[in-house]
Amino acid sequence: MTHVSPDHIAADEGPNLKDPVLAGCLGWLVPGLGHLYQGRWAKGILFLLCILGTFSFGLYEGGGRVVYASLRPNDRRLAYLCQIGVGLPALPALVQAQRFRSNTLREQVQKRARIGQARFFDWFMVPPEVSDDPRQEEPDELDDLHRQLHRFFELGTVYTMIAGLLNVLAIYDACGGPAFADEEADERRREEKSEEA
Amino acid sequence: MNLVTLLGMHSGDVWYALPLIVVISLVYQATRHEHMGAILWGAARFGLWLVGFMVVASAILYFISIRL
Repeated sequence: MTHVSPDHIAADEGPNLKDPVLAGCLGWLVPGLGHLYQGRWAKGILFLLCILGTFSFGLYEGGGRVVYASLRPNDRRLAYLCQIGVGLPALPALVQAQRFRSNTLREQVQKRARIGQARFFDWFMVPPEVSDDPRQEEPDELDDLHRQLHRFFELGTVYTMIAGLLNVLAIYDACGGPAFADEEADERRREEKSEEA
Repeated sequence: MNLVTLLGMHSGDVWYALPLIVVISLVYQATRHEHMGAILWGAARFGLWLVGFMVVASAILYFISIRL
């Protein structure tokens, strides 16, 4: 009878997922953090770099304006439902949406912008102003954004959406482990047996 | 206008697909495998498959468009 150590069994059964729910929550907050908590360093760093890199690049391409939360009847930003998948980096948009509900703050910000004293949180992830009448001749802020950023508005939106959706896959992996872990373990066992033979 | 000219005109835009293909391949394969060797090998195959799929889809769309 061959002696099998507990470590050997754990290695064959795939990675130690520790607390999968906590790992999933951490993975949602910061991409890859759930894997780092589980000690799966290589995958954690890979998810962190790939997902945060994609999100940051999209945000940069879109001038920091493509990630915003809005459920206004004339501007339902459904893209944010995908972007929120990236967690903490997309959450300032919710705070900004709450802050800019009142028109008084928007007017103050516009005054500051006119005299060239706009602060970072006066524009970052702020929902653009949209007119109630779509046939209005005067362009609103969203029209101006599209004109300024041209195709980079859509490009930035796509990048940030994909980053959010990829993090959903990463969260699933943090909670349930890799899809082919058992097959890899079987393969390792076969290799070990053939080496022993 | 032929496909090569069309791609040449928008070659700047086509390059934006490259980082997405790399990232999607790596993350998708990282959710399928645990070991870095298997992830990288799977990502390379999946990335090539994606590029092939995009080329075939572009060609089909191009042939449909010239008949319109």
